[in-house]
Amino acid sequence: MSRRVVITGLGVVAPNGVGLDAFTHAIKNGISGIRKDPDLERLQFSCQISGKPEISEELSLNYFTELELRNFNSTGILYGVIAGMDAWKDADLPILNSEEPDWDSGTIFGTGTSGIDKFRESIYKIDELQTRRLGSTAVAQTMNSGVSAYLGGKLGLGNQVSTNSSACTTGAESILMAYERIKSGQANRMLAGSTSDSGPYIWGGFDALRVCTFKHNESPEQGSRPMSTSASGFVPGSGAGAFVLEDLETALARGVRIYAEVLGGNVNSGGQRGLGTMTAPNPIAVQKCIKDAIAHAGIHADDIDTINGHLTATTKDSLEIENWSEALGRRGIDFPYINSLKSMVGHCLSAAGSVESVAAVLQLHQGFIFPNINCEDLNPEIESIIDVLRIPRKLIEKELNIIAKASFGFGDVNGCLILKKYTV
Amino acid sequence: MNKEETLLQLRNIVKPYINNEEAFENFTEDTDFITDLNINSANLVDIILDVEDHFKIHIDNESMEKMIDVKSTLEIIETKLAKKR
Repeated sequence: MSRRVVITGLGVVAPNGVGLDAFTHAIKNGISGIRKDPDLERLQFSCQISGKPEISEELSLNYFTELELRNFNSTGILYGVIAGMDAWKDADLPILNSEEPDWDSGTIFGTGTSGIDKFRESIYKIDELQTRRLGSTAVAQTMNSGVSAYLGGKLGLGNQVSTNSSACTTGAESILMAYERIKSGQANRMLAGSTSDSGPYIWGGFDALRVCTFKHNESPEQGSRPMSTSASGFVPGSGAGAFVLEDLETALARGVRIYAEVLGGNVNSGGQRGLGTMTAPNPIAVQKCIKDAIAHAGIHADDIDTINGHLTATTKDSLEIENWSEALGRRGIDFPYINSLKSMVGHCLSAAGSVESVAAVLQLHQGFIFPNINCEDLNPEIESIIDVLRIPRKLIEKELNIIAKASFGFGDVNGCLILKKYTV
Repeated sequence: MNKEETLLQLRNIVKPYINNEEAFENFTEDTDFITDLNINSANLVDIILDVEDHFKIHIDNESMEKMIDVKSTLEIIETKLAKKR
């Protein structure tokens, strides 16, 4: 019989909550993690607000040694290691000090860049002819696979240890890659997830592209407005989300809590053909990705109870709704519920898919749909496609069975996951 | 600065990098950074940078290669300090 893959552990480092309890409280209550960003203000960015997780030195010391934190300057690795190790603990897995690595467990932990602040620091030193003074960790902190390498060492992982990268699809893709690895029998357990660096050097390019909002510098919590008429661009964010994916038999044998089952999904690309470009999605590819994910998961479009969208708060939000509607063949009141976590955390870029998927899994497990904030003035184009009742502005307590989660990224890449409440 | 003082200062510099407390308690001129203190070999470059900063000396590539135990490190520090005077 084909293997089933379940989620047994979660970890999250989000702008509106670090750790599962804080994050669950925040998303249920529509609490924004968007703040005025003094660095962006000093550097005269157009957008001077952002979503950054708050991590104290004390908290960091629960995950890193003092030595590791010497000359450490990589927010992405910091967030990823915290989320990843939290997920491991949440799945009730021990950290063994044995000589032998855990051959059956690995990680696919994605990111867009690594240690961009460390990289900047290193570049200055090199240009000042001080290459010899870079220290021993400049490589580990700036290599893209730094986050999976740190996690692999801390957890003693002996299966595949790798980092994937596909822009804002990275998080969703990592879950699917981990799923495939288990499904094909090459691993029993994979830590999936993704992370993103914080700060001006990761966000500057987006500010230059004019895709971030500049209208809410004095009202940060209202800045991220997916699906609203007054949506004026995304708010840059950062963080990390992590998942322990496990073969069902292994999970049952351990008697561990099962959050949800990964039924399947799909990743594809629009090839930057048709309406697709480096920065704009090819709608045909988006729809095909959703349809193929549904087929792969062996469900029907009508089985989907709720959608966790990509919905960044740009003018493309209505196009995304139209793509969902077309792909599912569902409109008006027949459309599933839909929400966007970005209204509370901004766009966490390479971490978006994983942070948002943690929210989706919590919804399935606890039976709720978190509210969309900042869309009291719903975009009429969206309202013409789906019923307003399908866009909750208040928390809905409801048993859910199936959630579709999609992420879309630069390079015209798409990812869609189908998650189901676990039943025997 | 006498040899005892230099040894004590070097001991403090090395402290964050050690992975064997027992060997560190018996820190002497004959201690080896890697085989006795179990220091990760990549961290030797950090120790050299810390030594440079602490004693305000410059350690060249040839000297660096020799700095794998306390004895040779002390010799290099003393030589460099003598040149400064």
